[in-house]
Amino acid sequence: MKAEARLLLFLGLSFLVIGLVYWLWSGENAGGMMLMASAGLGFLPGSYYLWWSNRMRLRASDRADASIADGAGVIETFPGSSIWPFTLGMGCFCVALALVFGTWFALPAAGLIVWALLGAVIESRRGDPGSAASHH
Amino acid sequence: MTELIERHAGGDGTVFESDEVHHAAHEHHEPTGIYKWLTSTDHKVIGLSYTITSLVMFVIAGALAEMIRIQLTSPNSSFVSIAQFNQLFTMHGSLMIYLFVGPFAFGGLANIIVPLQIGAPDMAFPRLNALSYWLYLSGSLTMLLGFFVAGGPADFGWVGYAPLSNSVYSPGAGPDLWIAALLLTGFSAIFTGVNICATIFYLRAPGMTMFRMPIFTWNMLVVGILILLAFPVLTAGLVMLYCDRHFGTHIFTVHGGGVPVLWQHIFWFWGHPEVYILALPFFGIATDVIATFSRKPVFGYRTMVFATITIGALSLGVWAHHMFTTGVVLLPFFSIMSLLIAVPTGIKIFNWVGTMWGGRVRLTAAMLFAIGFVITFLLGGLTGIYLASPPLDFFTHDTYFVVAHFHSVVLALVMAGMAGIYYWGPKVTGYMLNERLGKVQFWTFFIGANLMVLPQYWLGLLGMPRRVATYIHDPQWQDLNRWATAGAFVMGISTIFFVVNVAYSWWKRVPAGDNPWDAQTLEWFTTSPPPHHNYYALPPIRSERPTWDYNHPGAPALVHGHHETPEDAELVTT
Amino acid sequence: MSSFGAHPGATTTGRQTYHLWQGFTIGAIVVGGITLALIVFAAVRYRVRPSDDGVPRQTQYHLPLEVTYTIIPILIVLVLFAFTVVVENNVTALPPPQLTVRVQAFQWGWRFFYPPAPGTPAGQVKGPYAFTIAGQTTQTPTIEMPEHENVRIVLQSLDVVHGFYIREFNFSRYALPGVTNEFTFNAQQTGTFFGQCTQYCGLYHSLMWFQVKVVTPGQYVAWARSQQTQAANLAAIAAAAASLSQGSAGLPVRPDIGGGTN
Repeated sequence: MKAEARLLLFLGLSFLVIGLVYWLWSGENAGGMMLMASAGLGFLPGSYYLWWSNRMRLRASDRADASIADGAGVIETFPGSSIWPFTLGMGCFCVALALVFGTWFALPAAGLIVWALLGAVIESRRGDPGSAASHH
Repeated sequence: MTELIERHAGGDGTVFESDEVHHAAHEHHEPTGIYKWLTSTDHKVIGLSYTITSLVMFVIAGALAEMIRIQLTSPNSSFVSIAQFNQLFTMHGSLMIYLFVGPFAFGGLANIIVPLQIGAPDMAFPRLNALSYWLYLSGSLTMLLGFFVAGGPADFGWVGYAPLSNSVYSPGAGPDLWIAALLLTGFSAIFTGVNICATIFYLRAPGMTMFRMPIFTWNMLVVGILILLAFPVLTAGLVMLYCDRHFGTHIFTVHGGGVPVLWQHIFWFWGHPEVYILALPFFGIATDVIATFSRKPVFGYRTMVFATITIGALSLGVWAHHMFTTGVVLLPFFSIMSLLIAVPTGIKIFNWVGTMWGGRVRLTAAMLFAIGFVITFLLGGLTGIYLASPPLDFFTHDTYFVVAHFHSVVLALVMAGMAGIYYWGPKVTGYMLNERLGKVQFWTFFIGANLMVLPQYWLGLLGMPRRVATYIHDPQWQDLNRWATAGAFVMGISTIFFVVNVAYSWWKRVPAGDNPWDAQTLEWFTTSPPPHHNYYALPPIRSERPTWDYNHPGAPALVHGHHETPEDAELVTT
Repeated sequence: MSSFGAHPGATTTGRQTYHLWQGFTIGAIVVGGITLALIVFAAVRYRVRPSDDGVPRQTQYHLPLEVTYTIIPILIVLVLFAFTVVVENNVTALPPPQLTVRVQAFQWGWRFFYPPAPGTPAGQVKGPYAFTIAGQTTQTPTIEMPEHENVRIVLQSLDVVHGFYIREFNFSRYALPGVTNEFTFNAQQTGTFFGQCTQYCGLYHSLMWFQVKVVTPGQYVAWARSQQTQAANLAAIAAAAASLSQGSAGLPVRPDIGGGTN
């Protein structure tokens, strides 16, 4: 994780330097503020990764001499086909239409969004009937 | 229905079992037909949906452009009314930038290719990925709905400057649809940014260290980070604009104590990283394509990576070069930052040359598009340097000089996108695109693009402003506009060739095989198209070109032209 | 030397900008030409011959070369920046003006406010402005200014963002609502110069035209005096009509045509 940490910290540091130079030189607050926030966005995950990279064993994807066998085992649980992204997307579409055509659109929006969130959470918990995720 | 993905070590340590085997072990009902599309979380399906949708937006926006060009063939033309013209250029720009170039690059191509290039079975968050697509599609439909409401679509330019975009000067549903559409596509992009970063950080195959990833993937990583930095800013600005329009706030109005120029700061703080979000994926495509069709490794791989990161870092500090003529920004700061950002871009161009140098260059359609991209981008980039100098910007800003500059750049990106389609199309679909039609498409596009853009530079220097439905009665201006219109129509013809090629190739079905180009990066190791979850087997990954190493054990990369040593051979073929 | 498409400039700062343009263009032609030649040469010279499809030398990097083509562009950029700063400081400078004209941009026209003509007795003109020139869209209001004098423009907007642009002055500046922008011209030649709005401002943006006529100082004084007299006459007529209409309900009141701010 060291390379990732360095990348993010480098970006955070760049934005901090650029931001300070800009803010002190121009006194313009909007840009100064946005650059500081950007620096924060680099430091937050960057420092997290740095902290972790000092404490974890090298992952197979970080080792130059790793063989494919080293990465054997469960990678992750990937949700297969799922109707919930579409449902949630349509709910958000209704929110957008509510912004334009009237608040009554918020009703189907809320319905679709709540339904989709419930469905997605239950789907994550329940898992695929035949897979290990559901055997608990 | 979730699936567990596991890797198994086979006899020679290289077997990677996909869940096809698991599927055989238990029964479940695979969705079919349209329900399969609505519920797919496969990054290849989602990416293909994005690609096709964005190309449809390209064609619609291109038709709007042709209408603009017809109107401008003569001053005082009444092909469209002035009001319609203002809607035309607003929607042309909005469709192209918000709904075509970005989604094509990070939603379409990156979605399909990045997991393949790093040996991952899918994106890190497949359902979030699917949501990104549905938000993008909804956003596109919302934007297009503007054509069907009373008052028509938004007409304040793709940048929507305040106070023109508030409810006093731009009332109606069209502008609100524009805002709502961009809220949807903004979140779509943010979720894709999350997915790209998480996938690259966490799902790389064993041995695929950060500095062995293909340049396209590196560029997409920086793009992902830029998306996370920039898009929330635009979203916040749009919410503020909506509040000004509907909730009586005074953020961007003078009355009530607001600051109109604040909109420009917020918009361009997103807007400039956005153009690099648009450009970097295409730089990545060009790099991979040029390396493959020169039969050489990427020249200066590390420098390329550092140049991309530098572009990303600098791109957040240049936004007000779009605001030089406001009179209220710190000119020298933005000038030096904007001039500096030319340096890493130049490094990339020289590295592309270095990649071709001493190689065996095959001028396939993909390669022609990539070289056309480099040449056209060179022109656009050079004119950008002028714009980085405030005194020179003062008299070119908001004229056709700027229009020509960004069209040079963007049309170059489109060429690189076509290079990507011709290069990776066979991998994704399993079929080759016709090379001859591809070359005709390239030459017509390249000629048309430059035929449009060169007169426009001249028009800008002669004083023709942008966003104008008519211009002064000057025969020279009319002639130049007519040449530009001709160029635009030649590009339209090029697009017809593209559509014909896609249809013809789909009908002809020439199988591509795993690696029709003898390409170098990991995605060429798997089948065309790749199986569900991408890889039946993975080769050992010992460099940034694992497929090449596997296929050419006797041709390792040489450093500084030194002859191969036994250690070099051992390192590569382990 | 070629103009490379730009106008040589009718003002002092416009000419400096023009020379900067020429310098940048020479640099662009040199750098662009070399780079284009390299690209085309590489693509053509190293084309694969049908007979030979072997694997070429797989050179991966060349650090000294890469460092060179990093350092040289940085140096070029610094030189461009240095020249830019010099010209920029001159263009944005605000030397003491001999004439100050207030300009208001609005949807979709221009209004110019002039101070009393040189030589006007103090007190003859009420308020800071003696006359205005105004017009909408293709009415193309035409103003005059003297050559070889510092003319300060004070630019404001009544509604949305507009762009004040005169090609031959090699200059433009936004009229930003809530902000007053000031800049100075010192014209070096007489002539009539066309100006228009460059920042998109709504429906008739493409027709928001004006004209600037640069004349000798003597001609300017004559023009200003005649404008001032006309404005005074019109104001007198308007005042008379207003006092008449106070007595009779049916008489229309003359609309305010000029002479002072609204």
